[in-house]
Amino acid sequence: MNAVAIPPFERFYEEYREEIYAYLRKLAGRDEADDAFQETFLRALRGYQSLQHGRHLRAWAYRIATRVAIDERRKRRPTAELPELPADDGRPAYAELDHLTGDLPATERAAVVLRYGYDLDYADIATALGSSEDAARQAASSGVRRLRRRMT
Amino acid sequence: MTVPTKTDLAFRDRAAAEALLDVAYDLTDSPIGPLLVATTERGLCEIAFDPDPEEEVERLARQHGIRVLRSARPVDEARRELDEYFEGHRHEFDLPVDLSALPAFQQSVLAALQRVPYGQVDTYGGLAARIGKPKAARAVGGALNRNPVPIVVPCHRIVGSTGSLVGYAGGLERKQLLLSLEGGTLV
Repeated sequence: MNAVAIPPFERFYEEYREEIYAYLRKLAGRDEADDAFQETFLRALRGYQSLQHGRHLRAWAYRIATRVAIDERRKRRPTAELPELPADDGRPAYAELDHLTGDLPATERAAVVLRYGYDLDYADIATALGSSEDAARQAASSGVRRLRRRMT
Repeated sequence: MTVPTKTDLAFRDRAAAEALLDVAYDLTDSPIGPLLVATTERGLCEIAFDPDPEEEVERLARQHGIRVLRSARPVDEARRELDEYFEGHRHEFDLPVDLSALPAFQQSVLAALQRVPYGQVDTYGGLAARIGKPKAARAVGGALNRNPVPIVVPCHRIVGSTGSLVGYAGGLERKQLLLSLEGGTLV
């Protein structure tokens, strides 16, 4: 099997910056997209030397961006984890889901959070997961089934 | 969707400020044409004439590591010193040079070359003698031809034994221009 070489960072950045920026505008909103964008590529730089090969770089970039968007939201609106308080009904959907889906397999969790927490369509989720649209839809629905089973 | 210039530049600045890069580079103009200037944490590692940035980025990654990024601030100092040199105000470069990726022989040739002063020239044989290998004029020529940091490490100051310009990786016209800028005389 041919090893896929890891390109110089400049080439990786040039290739994906525009779509990652567009993705973060959708995910994090206009005001937060700029910070999230910088943080995404700084994290990518920090991990760049540990990459084993150059396959799936696009999906890798999306995974980092997704993680950054979720982290930044959590930072901005701390979900006050005080166990004695009743659940806060005013919490936004993504925060609620983030909390509920903690035990799901990673792909299912991401699919559920992106679909129902951030209202992304399956085409965007597929890109974020580095999978097909069908696989994204399947991951979300099996995640939901798993949650349902747990609740009953 | 186009990334706002401010955001793009802020990222490039931060990447360098947080020391996450193997190499930072930028493009700059000069009286002898556009230059690509690159630096590592240790110092200036490349000056390329008429650069094809894509090709240079690949080369820099091979030699110094894959975390190569265009970023203006780390090369500001080099750009400033080059500007002063081309204006005739600077005769010696203060910025450190990183030759660590080169073979030992080439490093010794380039180190000796840095001691040929502004406005003077020496010959290939003369430079060979400076490193204690008077018969190695040809090998010295090869080492100069692959000098990654021309101008700053002044390979333009080395000429043939008859005083003819002989050769220059950046083209004889550039060598001539640099020598006349310095008002060169044979050592």
